Amino acid sequence: MVEATGIHKSFGRTEVLRGIDLVVEPGEVCCIIGPSGSGKSTLLRCVNHLERIDAGRMRVDGSLVGYRESGGKLHELRESEVARQRRDIGMVFQRFNLFPHMTAAENVMEAPRTVLGRSRSAARKEADALLDRVGLAARRDAYPGQLSGGQQQRVAIARALAMQPRLMLFDEPTSALDPELVGEVLDVMRGLAADGMTMLVVTHEMGFAREVGDSLVFMDEGVIVESGAPRDVLSAPRHERTRSFLSKVL
Amino acid sequence: MTDRPGAEPAGRERQEIRAVPVRHPGRWVAVAVLAVLAAMLVHTVLTNERFGWDVVGNYLFSAPILNGLRNTLVLTVLSMAIGIVGGVGLAVMRQSPNPVVSGAAATYIWLFRGTPLIAQLLFWNFLAALYPRLSLGVPFGPEFISVDTNVLITQFAACLLGLGLNEAAYMAEIVRGGMLSVDRGQAEAAGALGMTRSQTMRRIVLPQAMRVIVPPTGNETISMLKTTSLVVVIGYFELLTSAQRISNQNFQVIPLLIVAAFWYLVLTSLLTIGQGFVERRFGRGFVPDRPGSRLLSRAVNT
Repeated sequence: MVEATGIHKSFGRTEVLRGIDLVVEPGEVCCIIGPSGSGKSTLLRCVNHLERIDAGRMRVDGSLVGYRESGGKLHELRESEVARQRRDIGMVFQRFNLFPHMTAAENVMEAPRTVLGRSRSAARKEADALLDRVGLAARRDAYPGQLSGGQQQRVAIARALAMQPRLMLFDEPTSALDPELVGEVLDVMRGLAADGMTMLVVTHEMGFAREVGDSLVFMDEGVIVESGAPRDVLSAPRHERTRSFLSKVL
Repeated sequence: MTDRPGAEPAGRERQEIRAVPVRHPGRWVAVAVLAVLAAMLVHTVLTNERFGWDVVGNYLFSAPILNGLRNTLVLTVLSMAIGIVGGVGLAVMRQSPNPVVSGAAATYIWLFRGTPLIAQLLFWNFLAALYPRLSLGVPFGPEFISVDTNVLITQFAACLLGLGLNEAAYMAEIVRGGMLSVDRGQAEAAGALGMTRSQTMRRIVLPQAMRVIVPPTGNETISMLKTTSLVVVIGYFELLTSAQRISNQNFQVIPLLIVAAFWYLVLTSLLTIGQGFVERRFGRGFVPDRPGSRLLSRAVNT
């Protein structure tokens, strides 16, 4: 589903990603862990072209992200073509980024209405079903400002699901939450994984990575230090850097 | 209200606070001083006959004044419409990734903010001196239509061009400020959902920017109400000009200024009320919810 080869990315003179190779199979839940500044969020943002990569190839579902290859040359995609690619890739942000001027239901309905041209009633029906799925049917008419952090993040997940994505990206979805609200968001994500969604999750929740993840990637200073089955990496890390990181967070 | 069951833990008396409030003698002194000053003002306004209240009453609803009032209103509404539409367009252009488009917008803003409004009004009025005929056609090629400039650019049109195009430059910066106030994450979230740049702008960024744009736009509108009096330089007339024309004939300067001031205050008051409604409309989702509704929703959710 995701195939990254030799990804490099710099911001000015700082090289944030230094040759990343990563493969995520359909239906796989891949968790990325690592210290802050290790480039894990940047890698995630490269998958849907929120960040432009400097070198390497990023493929989602077999097709290049942000470019088209023809005649042995790379052609930049038009803005509308990038938007077309992003429809199939859902993203959930650390700070939720819900649209504050719309109710929960309107947030979920927005992209199906403007991007897919769904009718109001059809979008409404889907939104109700999705909000029910994340346990927020009763809060459909509340504005984001009236919801708790956990509720907001669940609406954000419903909003991403409304585009029926084939891949979901989670950028530290529980890091901005009060501790007692983390569980409700992880529960929704657990349900998604059980339904077979392909997920790429940047997280600090080691418990979630261990239970739900099919694979675990440890990143540090722009490279993948080690990866493998979550149980193996978490209980028997092979690298010193992984060991010292895990000793701080576990 | 007092016998609501379960409001108080059983067996405990509710200890009401009945404290003596802090005294504010200073406030009473201020009230006394202001009352005396106000009384003096009312007294002089009523007894000084040079205010000419009878003249004010005679002219308040007279035809030339109402004509001027109508012109002030029409000029304000139309120039602000040009200013707002143009300003939004310029602000969006200014934010464009295309350097030619953003450069063009920046140049426009530089030119129209950097020269006096009076000069711009005069320029549009005397456009015929520069181009006696205006025509539509292929550049450097044949012409389809050609019109005498003085027929196309009437005094009224010159007023609108001068006021509207100048206002657009100021509105552009107000709108741009509003757009910058919207968190970058909003555009990212919209982009991640597959929305294009223009959809994101229309549906996500601008509606949120409105909250920041509306108050200074209200300012601009109220300011425009009075700026329209500058059209006197190209011989057009509005409220203040009408009042001055009358006072030039009857020498009742003060009463006619009071007539004009009265109508300006009426219009400003109406605009202020209107602005309140617009602000409430765009404050949706930002206005803190009433405590009652939050309690209720918490209960529903758990």
